[in-house]
Order: sequence, then structure tokens, then C-alpha cells
Amino acid sequence: MAAIDNLPAAPVAARKRWGNRLDRLEARTAFFFLLPGLIGMILFLVVPIVASVVLSFTNWKLLGQPQFVGISNYVRLFTADPQFWPVLRNTLFFTAEYLVLNIVISLGLAVWISSLKYGQKWFRVIFFLPTFTPGIAVAIVWMLIFAPNGFFDFVMGSLSIHMPSMLTDQKLAMQAVVIVSLWAGVGYNTVLFNAALDMVPKNYLEAARIDGANAWDRFWKIRLPLISPTLFFGTVMTAITSLQVFDQIYVMTRGGPGNATATLGYTIYQRGFQNFQMGYASTIAWVMFALIMALTAMQFWLQRKWVHYDN
Amino acid sequence: MTTRSRSRSTLLLDILNHGALALVALLFLFPFFWMVSNAVRSNAEVMAIPVRILPTVFEWDNFAKAWTQLPFGRFFLNSLFVSLSVTVITVVISCLSGYAFARLKFPGREALLVTYLGTLMVPAIMLIIPLYLIVNSLGMVNTFQGVILPVAFGTFGAFLMRQFFLSIPMELEEAARVDGASRLRILVSVIVPLSMPAIGLLSLFTFIGQWNNFLWPLIVMTGTENATLPVGLTYFQSQQGTQWNFIMAGAALSMLPGIVLAILLQKLIYNSIALNAGMGGR
Repeated sequence: MAAIDNLPAAPVAARKRWGNRLDRLEARTAFFFLLPGLIGMILFLVVPIVASVVLSFTNWKLLGQPQFVGISNYVRLFTADPQFWPVLRNTLFFTAEYLVLNIVISLGLAVWISSLKYGQKWFRVIFFLPTFTPGIAVAIVWMLIFAPNGFFDFVMGSLSIHMPSMLTDQKLAMQAVVIVSLWAGVGYNTVLFNAALDMVPKNYLEAARIDGANAWDRFWKIRLPLISPTLFFGTVMTAITSLQVFDQIYVMTRGGPGNATATLGYTIYQRGFQNFQMGYASTIAWVMFALIMALTAMQFWLQRKWVHYDN
Repeated sequence: MTTRSRSRSTLLLDILNHGALALVALLFLFPFFWMVSNAVRSNAEVMAIPVRILPTVFEWDNFAKAWTQLPFGRFFLNSLFVSLSVTVITVVISCLSGYAFARLKFPGREALLVTYLGTLMVPAIMLIIPLYLIVNSLGMVNTFQGVILPVAFGTFGAFLMRQFFLSIPMELEEAARVDGASRLRILVSVIVPLSMPAIGLLSLFTFIGQWNNFLWPLIVMTGTENATLPVGLTYFQSQQGTQWNFIMAGAALSMLPGIVLAILLQKLIYNSIALNAGMGGR
């Protein structure tokens, strides 16, 4: 643009008109550049979101005509569906346990890796590997590990710990799902937190050391507050994904035994694609969305108490 | 304490520290070992009680058998085709939209950008039911375009490319504009070659995301022959008389590209995550 603006001779009015024509040309170019993406976004993102709202107020079962049923899906979900509250409880239980353990373990590993003189990048790669592999394959391998009389039972037997087989026990099945999810998921946060720790200025830590702060104090009073924005980011993202847990459950338990591991994600799939209750499944999807929004809002509200921004 | 003995004790602590984490890392890698160890033994030995850590006979040709007999080879190629197609479409669309957002003035630009960012907050699982209905009404159930198209228009790429394009000095393309080059020409021959780090990153994460994707292909690909690798794995997992050794071989095949990419591109991955760490919460 600079080249055009520097043209000396054009009268002001003519330049303005010319500018408008250029603006229109530019807007038209922009339109053609955006068009392919916009068509895709409208067809596969905007329309589905709107359709999902509408569907949640119908009783559509794929075959036949959808009927508008008002809020009765929502009423049925909260008051009459015997599965909903256990499923909601399972989802929140999984999310809470997985989130806390994921953050604690990945932060621990990140701090541990950052204390090393050699091989930091190799340790990062090792813990990151499962993150880049299909969750389904991971779950199938762990299913073999947890199989009755499989490797896990073998180890427990060798340690003289007598316990029922993980995947077939009402109480333990969810723990197996948590273990698998942790193995598959801690790598990303480990690298994320490790990268944040690498960015803590060395002279801060050096100054604290000279002032006599020990490693414990340096962690809690300097490094942790300085990486708290990243910690917050990791926590929010991990919470959002863990509320949607599906792959591990589909492979390892199919929501069982009973409905001990049935989560919202699994129930949406079950209602939508096994019972073909498209309307009712959409209702559950919106409850999940509300839950994700509520949890995220809660975390943003809580961050004032523990996240430190330096600017 | 003398200086020498203190430095000797910190050295010892250092070795212990490295050794202990190495032990944790080895334990962490165990599921990979268990997968391969069970892939290369007979199915009877997978089921043996008590478990055997290593096979008595290493049947390395189980990988070839899983590739041809089950047909994990076919699934592998399906996965490759789907993941590469989504990646190509995503990169092209993201570059075009990203350029419009970064360099072109048009009415409603900021509002549209905010809309693009807003759609990132919608969780994928919410959309599967309406998306399936759309794909169904377009007659694309059990087709590759049905699996590929609905996931190829994510808005994250447009935002990523916009951010990168903004960092490219304006002067570089002004020279080309004075020479009369069109915007498309400038994008292809000036901007894109300079944006390879961002394009590489977008390609890598799109490819891996699709390679590992399960729920969407599970719903759309109703026929066995079109299944992607993760979907194919679950077909045989639930069968009677499951051949666990072949399934483990298939699982290993499905993990191979991600593992190779994670090792080869570790610097790129670390840098991209470090970028997130730097921006975290801000």
C-alpha cells in the first residue's frame, strides 16, 4: 500500500474513489480466499450446532418423522431416566480423579526431568510417546494387561495381593480406565510443564539460592507461581478432554460391568448409534456442553486465588 | 566437609537421580514391550497361565500375517489415505483463510475471526449426531468423503496460519505486488515458502489427530473394508476366539507412525508445546 500512497499527483477526491475501488477489490479477494473454509465451516460446524439444539427438543429416532416434544427430553433426563444420575456421577468421578492425578504426576515428572543434567529431551520423548499413538490401540494393549490371569493379576499374585480382576469388578473397573487414561495422557502435560519450567529465568533461582532458600522453597515460592499460568492452561484443557472420555471405555468395558464405567460420552454414543435416539442423545450432548462450560467457568473463577500473572 | 567430598556426594546424588528416573521411564515403556512381546508369540502362549514374559518361539512373521490375513494392511492404507487427505485439505483451507485474516481488509473481519475462535470451544462429541445426519442425507455413509470432509474444516488452522503470517514482514510481499502479482500468486510463491515451520506443525498435528481418531470413523465406516486402523482393531477385539497375537501386531502397526514422528520431530513438537506454555492462560 505504501507504494500507492506515495503517488504524489492524484487529487484527493480521485484518490479516495480509487481507494474505495481497491478496498472493494480486496474485500472480493478476501471473500474468495475465505469461501472454501466458510462453506465447510457452515456445513459441518454451524449447521450441526444449530441442528443439535433443535434435535434436543425432538424425539427423532432416525426412521420416521421427528416430532417436536418441547423440553420433555430434558425433563425425562433429570427426573425419569434411571441411568442418567449414575452416568453423571461416573463422569464427574472419572474427571476429578483423572484430572488431579494427571496434573500431579505430569508436574512431578516435569520437575524431575528439569532437575537432570543429561538426557532431558529423551525422557520427554519417552513420556510423550503414548500421546501420539491411537487411544484405541493403547486401550487394547492395556486390556490384555488387565485380562483375567493376565500380566496385572500375575504381578498382584506375585506380591501376594489378592484382588478381583480389574475390568470385571464393579468398583475397580473405573480405576483401570483411570490408569490407562493416565498412561496415555500425562505426556502432553509433562512436556508442557517442563517447557514452562525451562522458561523460568535462571537468575531468579540463583538469587533465591544466594539468599538461602532451599530447593523446596524455591519450588513452592518461585517456580510454581511463575509457571502457574501454564499450569492453569493445562488444567483447563485436560478437564475439557476428560469430560468427553470415550475410546478407552468403548474398548475395555463398554460401560460395564453393569454401568459402572458408563460416562456421558459413552452414553451419547449408545443412545445415538445403538438405540438411534437422535433427539435424546442430543439432549445428553447439551448437558455435557453445559458441564464443560460450568467446569471451565469455575476454573477461571478459581484461578484468581492461585494463578500469578507477572503483567 | 571438604570441597572434594561434597562434589563427590552431589555426583553420587546426580547419578542416583538419573538412574531412578530411568527406572521409572523403563516401567512406563512396559506396555509397548508387552504389546510387541505378545505380537510375536503363538495365540496359545498369549493365553498361557501363568503369563510368560517372553515368547518361547519368536514368531516375527505374525506382523506379515496380521498385515495380509486380517487385513490390517488394508486398514493401514485406509488410515493413511484418510489422514493425508484431511491434512492436505486442512492446510490449503487454513492458508487461504489465514491469509485473508492476516493481510486482507474486509468488512466484519474481526467478528468472523472471533466466530472462528468461538467454534474451537465446541467439543467434537457434541457434533457427531447432527454430523452423522448430514453425512447420511448426503448419501456419504460408509464412504471416504463422508469420513474426510466433516473433519477437514477445523478453524484452528486458519487462526494458527494467521498468527504466523502476521509475523512475516509486509515489505516482502509489497515488492511482489508492485510487480503486479495477484494475491493468490503472492500467497503461493512468497508467503507459503516462508511459512513452512507453521505448515509443518499444522500438518503434523492434523495428521496424528486423524490417524488416532476413532469415534467419527467408527460411526461413518459401517463396512469392514473401509475401516481405518483403530476401527479395524476393535472389529477383531470383540470376536469369539480372538487372535490376540495378531491384534497386538495390528496395534503395534497403528502406533508405528506416531512413535517414529514423535522421535524424529521431537524438537518441533517441544517448540510448539513450549509456545503453548509461553502463552498459557494469557
